[in-house]
Amino acid sequence: MTEKITQFPGTPLREADFEGGKILFRHDRMKAEYAWDTGIAIGRYLAALKEGYLLGGYCATCRKTVIPPRTVCEWCFRPMEAFVPLEDIGTVNTYSLCYVTWDVKRIKEPEIPAVIEIDGASPLHGILHKLGEVEQEAVHVGMRVQAVWKPAEEREGAITDILYFKPIEGGAK
Amino acid sequence: MGMRKVAVVGAGMTKFVRRAQETGKELAWQASRMALQSCELTLDDIEAICLGTAPDSFDGVHMKAEYLSDGAGGWGKPFMRSYVGGGTGVFAPIQGWYHVASGLFDVVLVVCEEKMSSYHPHAQGAFLTIFDHTTERALKPNLLWIFALEMNRYMQTYGISKEDIARVAVKNKRNAADHPCALLGDPNITVEDVLNSETLAWPVNRLDVSPVSDGAVALVLAAEHVAKRVTDKPVWIQGVGWSLDTAYWANRDLAYPRYVEYAARMAYEMAGIKEPRKEIHIVEPYDPFDYKELHHLEGLLLADRGQAPQLTADGVTARDGDMPVCPSGGLLGVGNPIAAAGLMKVAELFWQLRGEAGARQVPGQPKRGLAQAWGDLMQVGTVVILGINP
Amino acid sequence: MDERVGIIGVGWAGYRPLTPEVSYKELMYEAAVKAYADAGVDPRRDVDSFVTVAEDFIEGTSIFDEYVPDQIGGVLKPVHTIGGDGLHGLATGVMLILTGQAEIVAVEGHSKASNVLTLPHIVAYAQDPILNRPLGWHSAFVAGMEMNRYLFDTGTTIEECGAVVVKNRRNALRNPLAAYGADLDLEEALDGPPLAWPLGERMAAEHADGAIVMVLASAERAEALCEKPVWVLGVGWCNGAASLESREWTYPVYIEAAAQQAYRQAGIRQPRLAIDFAEIDDTYAYKELQHMEALGLCRPGEAGALVEEGATEPEGELPVNVSGGSLGMGDLLDANGLARALEAVLQLRGEAGPRQLEDAEIGLVQSWRGVPTTSGAVAVLAN
Repeated sequence: MTEKITQFPGTPLREADFEGGKILFRHDRMKAEYAWDTGIAIGRYLAALKEGYLLGGYCATCRKTVIPPRTVCEWCFRPMEAFVPLEDIGTVNTYSLCYVTWDVKRIKEPEIPAVIEIDGASPLHGILHKLGEVEQEAVHVGMRVQAVWKPAEEREGAITDILYFKPIEGGAK
Repeated sequence: MGMRKVAVVGAGMTKFVRRAQETGKELAWQASRMALQSCELTLDDIEAICLGTAPDSFDGVHMKAEYLSDGAGGWGKPFMRSYVGGGTGVFAPIQGWYHVASGLFDVVLVVCEEKMSSYHPHAQGAFLTIFDHTTERALKPNLLWIFALEMNRYMQTYGISKEDIARVAVKNKRNAADHPCALLGDPNITVEDVLNSETLAWPVNRLDVSPVSDGAVALVLAAEHVAKRVTDKPVWIQGVGWSLDTAYWANRDLAYPRYVEYAARMAYEMAGIKEPRKEIHIVEPYDPFDYKELHHLEGLLLADRGQAPQLTADGVTARDGDMPVCPSGGLLGVGNPIAAAGLMKVAELFWQLRGEAGARQVPGQPKRGLAQAWGDLMQVGTVVILGINP
Repeated sequence: MDERVGIIGVGWAGYRPLTPEVSYKELMYEAAVKAYADAGVDPRRDVDSFVTVAEDFIEGTSIFDEYVPDQIGGVLKPVHTIGGDGLHGLATGVMLILTGQAEIVAVEGHSKASNVLTLPHIVAYAQDPILNRPLGWHSAFVAGMEMNRYLFDTGTTIEECGAVVVKNRRNALRNPLAAYGADLDLEEALDGPPLAWPLGERMAAEHADGAIVMVLASAERAEALCEKPVWVLGVGWCNGAASLESREWTYPVYIEAAAQQAYRQAGIRQPRLAIDFAEIDDTYAYKELQHMEALGLCRPGEAGALVEEGATEPEGELPVNVSGGSLGMGDLLDANGLARALEAVLQLRGEAGPRQLEDAEIGLVQSWRGVPTTSGAVAVLAN
């Protein structure tokens, strides 16, 4: 390949090409709006969040408790009809300190996303959320954390009804 | 096994650039034309087209495969798009494989194209929508989050340091200096450079990540009787495998990519491979982040769990080592136009096994190579094994 | 084809204009669990490969295949998504089985159109971003233009298009799955506001939610597992011109090509004589006529007359869309092909109840991916 062919197609452009008007382009924005039916399992999960607690599901065949709840166990393919209220306490399975937003803007104070294994769910069953009220240096895998909720009147039935999880001992060192 | 044999007989690719002047259609066409020319076939000889291209949101075109179809030669021909996120680049040749192995077609064109630069302000923003729309998206998650979370878990579980991981970025970017299409080849990069680059989402630094790019790659696949007429060095598809793990990614141990193992086992079984570490001579695992190469080598059963860093440190995975990994320069060095990146790895094996990889050539006349891609929410493994024997 | 592939199980959920009580995952699960029960298989143990069809912008999620395996029993199994119609998925399942690598394959497609609040905007995003979209038109204009040229070249009349609406929506009254059954007369079918003249609103199918899963098997497994397998005698698919500016407007050549591929595999030389009934795309009423011609069921320009004569009624010589088609059942987006195939399977098994056709032995199924595409697929099924 590389011996026979000397020229490869592909013309790189730079920002200056656009500013200088050398390259024409068209700007457009898509109007994409959805209203996703949350259904039985996630509907209940969100309702529980509005009430101020986490909800899991239980598969009697596999004897596992999972979160978020679902109407079918992905392992044995049996229907899952048991919903299990869980504590809003968990253990950090992994975390990161992120200095960039989703649309690539730099931020000074990092966001701290984490996978938090929820007490009462089977091992390694956790949810994605953020950590707060914690010093960066203190965050570690295995840290015990507790949910900090929005006040009841502000909760909507969304994952953001939990503001973040904070260390159980009370935060910063 | 009695399965119809399928070979890769031609390949072509464009440069991988940060932002291409060419449109998606043009990139697809450039790569396709080169692939056809490389084996002296024309579009008339092609009976079906398989297109691989990742999120439509990059291009801002709904049903984007339909839009790209003419650039990929799909006018008046059976045309289908397969889509498994980042795994697409290695899945598209699998799709081409089942087109031919089924007996329905004898000659198929496989094209992978990606034009990420259309998305404003930065293609990474498109990845917000891969997260669950109800349980995760409101947290405004970042693509970097999920990689950083996994990288941290991997490091913590096995006691792997950032230095161990940075060696992969150095190896691949140096390898890429020999790839004519590479965006980030750098013959002089060091581990310090990687560790000193800005922290994006600890433990991920900027040079741990492959960049957003535009590019396209194409392959021509043919059934045995055609392959033998078209070229005297067909490269045979000996094994294919793919596997998709649960969408509930926070319900899994991120330290080990079991979906890669499942895909690899499927491919090894089809290829009749019992000792992959001895029988695979070149490995092209998916390396969008440097730690991923290590993660995937373990999932491919080519290294014990937690031991892949040692192989790198020992030079085993260097181009002239016992098990060369990413001699192409990988995504870290060549670039990461999602679907095209995976197919680039398969094309690399094609050229390597024919002795046509020029300055990147792995010594010792390799007979068999494995390409693997990953995708989705730490979820899909796609594996292709190529060899000089049918 | 050397070896036959059989459909050994089918399951569905819906179809209704709204399905607010279930999420898309739960809709898919309902269809899947029924299909596996029908086939007598356990997906975790018996199904070798899974194929789904979906489009990101319809789902509102990028890399949508992430979210399919759990509810169809495919976790840690070979699962992949095709960006195409359900019949493309079916063809893929057939290919996987013919390689010899898989013996049992599940194919899934669904629509949750009700959840897409800005559907016309999204469909408009399938238009060329530089050359067409800036004109700012609802995509129905493509169908309007095509219908106009089709009528002009073939002499088909608007009344004949209206007759398709009447037939299909009346057929839907006998279909428990259909969302839009109605007893209209021709005037009512033609009445109502234009959508993109000469296309009237009543000539365009309304959307519905639903999910369909089919289980395919190799001939050997089909014989062992199933009393009444429905055989896939042939599959074909093809694309036409991607751009509006360079396409043929009267005759969908790509549908003819797809049909030729399927007929060749099925050994059919005269489709009009061999086919007993057809389930074909009628997203817009004129399309049913245009597709009948491209599929070789009649000559170009003849379809309109056939409909008016009643030849395509359930009791006619070539029943077309006995199910009600999309006009009667609802437009299920990329699941339409599977919805058409589902009816064919039920007919060929003798399970179509009040819609049952006598002596149904060979059925033709065809789909089209909708405006602005020129992509379609065809399958020939038999008992």
